[in-house]
Amino acid sequence: MPRWAQLTVLPALNLLAALLVTGFVTWMIGEDPWECLQLLVSGAFGSGEGIGYTLFYTTGFIFTGLAVATAFHAGLFNIGGEGQAYLAGLGVTLVVLAFDHTLPPIVLVPLCILAAMGFGAAWAFIPGWLQARRGSHIVVTTIMFNFIAYSLMLYLIGHHLIEAGSQNPTTREFGQASWIPAIHQVAAGMGISLPSTPLNLTFVMALLACGLFYLLVWHSRWGFQLRTVGVNESAARYAGINVSKTIILAMCVSGALSGFAAINELLGSTHRMNVSFTNGVGFVGIAVALMGRNHPVGIILSALLFGGLTQGGLELSFEKPVITREMIIFIQGLIILFCGALENLFEPFIAGLFKRKEDK
Amino acid sequence: MTDFAIGLNGICKRFGAVQANRDVSMNIAKGSIHGIIGENGAGKSTLMSILYGYYQADSGSITVDGREVRIRNSQEAIRLGIGMVHQHFMLVDNFTVLENIVLGAEGGLLLKQGLAKAREHLQALNRDYSLEVDPDAIVGELGVGLQQRVEILKALYRGADVLILDEPTAVLTPQEADHLFCILRALREQGKTVILITHKLREVMDITDAVSVMRAGTVVGNVRTADVDKEKLADLMVGRKVTLKVDKAEREPGAAVLDVRQLCLTDARGVKLLDDLNFQVRAGEIVGIAGVSGNGQSELLEVLAGMLEPTSGEIRYQGADLLQEKSSQPRAALYRKKGIAHVPEDRSREGLVKSFPMFENAILGYHDDKSVSKGGLYSRQALLARTRDFIRQFDIRPDNAQLRVGLLSGGNQQKVVLAREIHANPELLLIGQPTRGVDIGAIEFIHKRLVELRDAGKAILLVSVELEEILALSDRILVMAGGQISGEVAARDADTISLGLLMGGHKH
Repeated sequence: MPRWAQLTVLPALNLLAALLVTGFVTWMIGEDPWECLQLLVSGAFGSGEGIGYTLFYTTGFIFTGLAVATAFHAGLFNIGGEGQAYLAGLGVTLVVLAFDHTLPPIVLVPLCILAAMGFGAAWAFIPGWLQARRGSHIVVTTIMFNFIAYSLMLYLIGHHLIEAGSQNPTTREFGQASWIPAIHQVAAGMGISLPSTPLNLTFVMALLACGLFYLLVWHSRWGFQLRTVGVNESAARYAGINVSKTIILAMCVSGALSGFAAINELLGSTHRMNVSFTNGVGFVGIAVALMGRNHPVGIILSALLFGGLTQGGLELSFEKPVITREMIIFIQGLIILFCGALENLFEPFIAGLFKRKEDK
Repeated sequence: MTDFAIGLNGICKRFGAVQANRDVSMNIAKGSIHGIIGENGAGKSTLMSILYGYYQADSGSITVDGREVRIRNSQEAIRLGIGMVHQHFMLVDNFTVLENIVLGAEGGLLLKQGLAKAREHLQALNRDYSLEVDPDAIVGELGVGLQQRVEILKALYRGADVLILDEPTAVLTPQEADHLFCILRALREQGKTVILITHKLREVMDITDAVSVMRAGTVVGNVRTADVDKEKLADLMVGRKVTLKVDKAEREPGAAVLDVRQLCLTDARGVKLLDDLNFQVRAGEIVGIAGVSGNGQSELLEVLAGMLEPTSGEIRYQGADLLQEKSSQPRAALYRKKGIAHVPEDRSREGLVKSFPMFENAILGYHDDKSVSKGGLYSRQALLARTRDFIRQFDIRPDNAQLRVGLLSGGNQQKVVLAREIHANPELLLIGQPTRGVDIGAIEFIHKRLVELRDAGKAILLVSVELEEILALSDRILVMAGGQISGEVAARDADTISLGLLMGGHKH
């Protein structure tokens, strides 16, 4: 099968299959699938506000998608993006709570970003080290580290970081010095009026990260070593590449990228940390990377799909009370199932079609 | 008229641009040993894979016992009574012989019943063919020769009447090979048909009744063994008079570049893989290491290339012991920077990354080279320019630097590796199986390059299981057996018989 078909026909078919099943389920609970689809799409892309929210969600997904892809190029399946983003949030929060009344934004925000990267990387370093030096399987350790991160954060927020006198497990609001400007504010500064959404400058960082990712993976010395380790460890050893160092470093970069999802959420939108701020962004990143074939362009597109689905789904559940948030998660799950886990479901069939055409 | 066990008629098979089999026809008489002989890449293995159901022929037909059949997968082949003993054994190392044999044919719901029945059957087979295999031995603990017999038993247990053996002697000592041939003769006496794939003329002459010679995907001769001699077969096989002799002038070697002293390597189970090796390789000489594969040659190469840590000993390179060097980078990288180049035995697993384009493989191992990168980023121009140089100098085909290396033929892949390693202008070249899976044209080319390198005053350590190659290239020959050097011979005094004895572990 030609490469273009592999990159376009297959994902489209997978997406279509997921939508068909969704439509069937929607019909079974007594709703009109076509109308729901229209609501979903217009909710995500039909208005300036919808687009803003969609891109806000997309931002987080791009980062966690890049995170999964980085590890994947080194032959590692990092399931721990969620926990790494979580811990990164802790780093951000600690810095903000300590300095948001003393440091100016120009210093505080970069410091927060460094903290997010550092904490995310550190949380990924441990499974990376265990894999490289002790042979523990990265899938198992990163899954476990998600749970550890969750419990740790629950404890820290509940007992130490909680706002005095509050019943909600959340920190106090961050000082304004830590807020990353929203796109509509930046636009207003340039005299352009955009609807107010949480879409913020982290989105620009996400696009920059995609460019850097491309250079790093396909054009840099380190990327060459990373990919060599990923596809052929024997060849890497032959070439004198330090395999365990490469694995550990790949995990650290992966964790640091996940950390940006926390930046987007905490400094760009909520301006306080609560226990559930990551909200599955790390897990969606796995699907984004799979569907985007670990390439930045693919990752942007699939992150956009999942971002639209999140935003459009929320709109849809406002309009149609029958379609609950769980239903949206169900749809996301189906898409992940068809585009990720069953990625090659239709491949033999399509390959057969192409072969027959070729034979003629 | 003789009964034919297998008939192949006009078999064609194409892989992309490569016509692996072109109009191949042969008849294999029942109860005979039939040799299929040809150079690497002549299409023997493809043909047998078609017969065993791994591939489908593009056209042509197969008959078994005179009936035309379609073999779509190996289960169907087994049902038709065709069994195959692969070059690489398909055994589960930590299972017993018995468990391996019933694997996939357990029979019945409970393993115990199946095993009991299998044991009886197995003992009968053992007796009939004097295989001498203990059903309760753990396969991983058996020697190569015995493991091969387990494979034969496995095929017989599944009711094979036709047994295909793919290069069965590649991993055996001459003595083990003789035992194998006894077994094959016993099989023939019991009416089984044996197809022996090989590229060794001696074996064909020794044991087969008839032989089909293949060259470049076609059958160039179906003859009775009694009617031909070695020379005739060799001519058929190669299609022209080929002397593997390489033009090589006598040359006085210079100072020792590599001086190995008391080198030992013991594995985790305490087995001595390398046992007190002492030898030198001097500038301007090719030292060949002969031996049946699996006698420590691979480990020796890996130790010298820095991929394996020896247990003890010294590796003196240009006067200094490499093992005393302290460095934060992996040894393989350090040694390479010091001028030790390495063409690994297994080029597709180690020497190349098949999914990478040629221009990336051109820097594997030399990826830190400052001349192709700036500030950590590679210059695509520089990479492509270097690769095009390789393509020109080594006549690599197709001449597309962007092509994935996995799509090249074996010979061209090897040229990529060789070009890369020679480009580094090494003082010492370690080279393993330089022409394994390489077509004849490329073999001559590669041999010429190696001699050029030697004439330029470089030291070369050559490991090969092909005696002809060792004899043609080496100035001195060391023979390895059981992790030791069992003898050293000057190339002009060496012949296959004396080397064969040394390979079997007979000390000088």
